[in-house]
Amino acid sequence: MSGASTPVVGWTEQVARARLHVVTGKGGTGKTTVAAALALALATNGRRVLLVEVEGRQGIAQLFDTHPLPYEERRIAAAPGGGEVRALHVDAEAALLEYFTMFYNLGFAGRTLRRMGAIEFATTLAPGLRDVLLTGKVKETVGRTDSSGRHRYDAVVLDAPPTGRIVKFLDVTKAMAELAKVGPIKGQSDGVVRLLHSGDTAVHLVTLLEEMPVRETIDAVEELDAADLRPGAVILNRVRPPRLPARSVTPAAGGRVDASRVRGGLEAAGLDLSAADLDGLVEETVEHAVRQLAEQRAREQLAGIDLPAVELPELTLGVDTTALYELAEVMVEQGVR
Amino acid sequence: MTGQLTIDSLIDNPDIHVVMCCGSGGVGKTTTAAAMAVRAAERGRKTVVLTIDPARRLAQALGLRELGNTPREVEVDGFEPAGKLSAMMLDMRRTFDDMVLAHAGEKRAQEVLANPFYKTISTSFSGTQEYMAMEKLGQLASEGTWDLIIVDTPPSRSALDFLDAPQRMSTALDGRMIRLLSAPARGGGWGVRKVVGAGIMLFAKAVSTIVGGQLLADASAFVQAFDSMFGGFKQRAHKTYELLRSSGTSFVVVASPEPDALREASYFVERLESESMPLAGLVVNRTHPVLAALPAAKATAAADGLEARGDAPLATAVLRLHADRVAVHERERRLLARFTKAHPNVPAVSVPAMPSDVHDLTGLRTIGERLAGTP
Repeated sequence: MSGASTPVVGWTEQVARARLHVVTGKGGTGKTTVAAALALALATNGRRVLLVEVEGRQGIAQLFDTHPLPYEERRIAAAPGGGEVRALHVDAEAALLEYFTMFYNLGFAGRTLRRMGAIEFATTLAPGLRDVLLTGKVKETVGRTDSSGRHRYDAVVLDAPPTGRIVKFLDVTKAMAELAKVGPIKGQSDGVVRLLHSGDTAVHLVTLLEEMPVRETIDAVEELDAADLRPGAVILNRVRPPRLPARSVTPAAGGRVDASRVRGGLEAAGLDLSAADLDGLVEETVEHAVRQLAEQRAREQLAGIDLPAVELPELTLGVDTTALYELAEVMVEQGVR
Repeated sequence: MTGQLTIDSLIDNPDIHVVMCCGSGGVGKTTTAAAMAVRAAERGRKTVVLTIDPARRLAQALGLRELGNTPREVEVDGFEPAGKLSAMMLDMRRTFDDMVLAHAGEKRAQEVLANPFYKTISTSFSGTQEYMAMEKLGQLASEGTWDLIIVDTPPSRSALDFLDAPQRMSTALDGRMIRLLSAPARGGGWGVRKVVGAGIMLFAKAVSTIVGGQLLADASAFVQAFDSMFGGFKQRAHKTYELLRSSGTSFVVVASPEPDALREASYFVERLESESMPLAGLVVNRTHPVLAALPAAKATAAADGLEARGDAPLATAVLRLHADRVAVHERERRLLARFTKAHPNVPAVSVPAMPSDVHDLTGLRTIGERLAGTP
């Protein structure tokens, strides 16, 4: 693939086989929005999808404009063709209490412990414990089956921590190394490790076509590979249409815009602008060209990591529930299934 | 529209000694802090900027090639400020080590530094970076070498983490929980047990099964060694908190014109108010002002007309990119209006986006000019 100037759009067979879709990205790239749209896209045509958040931000509730989510699976949206998306806000404290109740019959003490800050303390004592609990809960939802033996969810989408922390978060084996070597949590985490390192899991990376997020994406792919985790697709978010003809980009980025040609064109269209407004347009054009050039460079760099890509347009009106359906539709058109 | 935030009257004010740049991650806090520091130094103040995790190229723009935990004077060609500019990057592990060394006798300090649990706490506890940034700020302020200290706060998810982390850390380290947890091993007998009853005992047993006995033993040893120092730590954290509330300090909240970032900025502004901490105003970073008075609809119609005739591809492109820009600007304007409606008394300044990443002094100067509203 070397030499390609942009990543290839599409959803590969391998990615389509995954049942757990982990969505990460640098802060500010729109990771939560993408995770929500992906859940809707995967739920299209009658499928059941669970959208999970683990960072306590209630970003999903805000996106779907509903009340803060409890630690409980709730139907949050219907998908085209009869599918549904449920959402779950996993809270490490609640997960730990659930765990204690299950294995140590400690449910009755939960409130007291919480009030004392005991749970926060336990997860402070062993920072890996928090991640083990969160991924443990995610694994449970992926593996859950109904009475007929069918998976409860066709897919689970995880709005995961940002690229800077993603490998640490998913590398449960390492986290477990500092915890006890025996007991139920060990047994549970072995299952998590199997799931996360299998073809059932794909880690998608959300990026903007800007220098820093692209750099982080490339670094994260290297780290994922090194940890034997599986990168899925690169999701280019908020892509703006390149307006300038290819041959004009480089000169314009260097400040060379033929103002008299622009004026001639505007006059032909019946627009008679002041000199100041024409200067303004030229300045806007130079800025656009600099960005368009940087975006082209970003695409070339991303092409080098050789992952399938999905391209989502910038929505100038902002993201609301309707916009999520639009983004999901774009994903489906590009092969997400 | 609320009042305009005038950065110059903030950084020129001889009574202001600390400026805190706060905001959620990814909004350009570090660059804003660096640009303000460059401007303050060029306007004659002896300035130091404390950065947390700058992008490599920005660090290079400030002449910081490696992590140094003490301020170093910025020496870059073409930079001859009327005042002075020093810069440093926070090394949290070293700051923590120094703190331990300063508060404990030699032997105690070595015990703490060698404890495996200390290694965890000093590198990966979620509040350590925030706590150490405050500690470093306290040190810099007490040295009295600088007229103005500009602090770039740690890149946390929420701007509020910065205010809460030291408290969280104090609670975690004050030893009560660790004592509780290690109590069963020593036969119990602690007063607290009566309060929480049997639950805590089961909990302690469960935690010990999960995290392993060794870790608990390390933690317990750590707290015993740490206890004597802890009073000092707590007092220090308290002192820094007071510094933040003093009239010599001012907060600048940075946000990008995005719903999430502005929501965080709102929370932060409210929090500062309730803590009586002095707020200078809001920097809306990376906006896209419209540079030509041509309505989007008119531009689009004209572009459609030209395109239909197959005429003037350059002018068509210019009209379309202008229409895009007007749409972006409108959205940003609406988002900002929502903020100012909720906080009518908070002065704000918009800093237009630079077309590419800033990584040299010229770029920082330009941002400084945009911050000051004097292009």
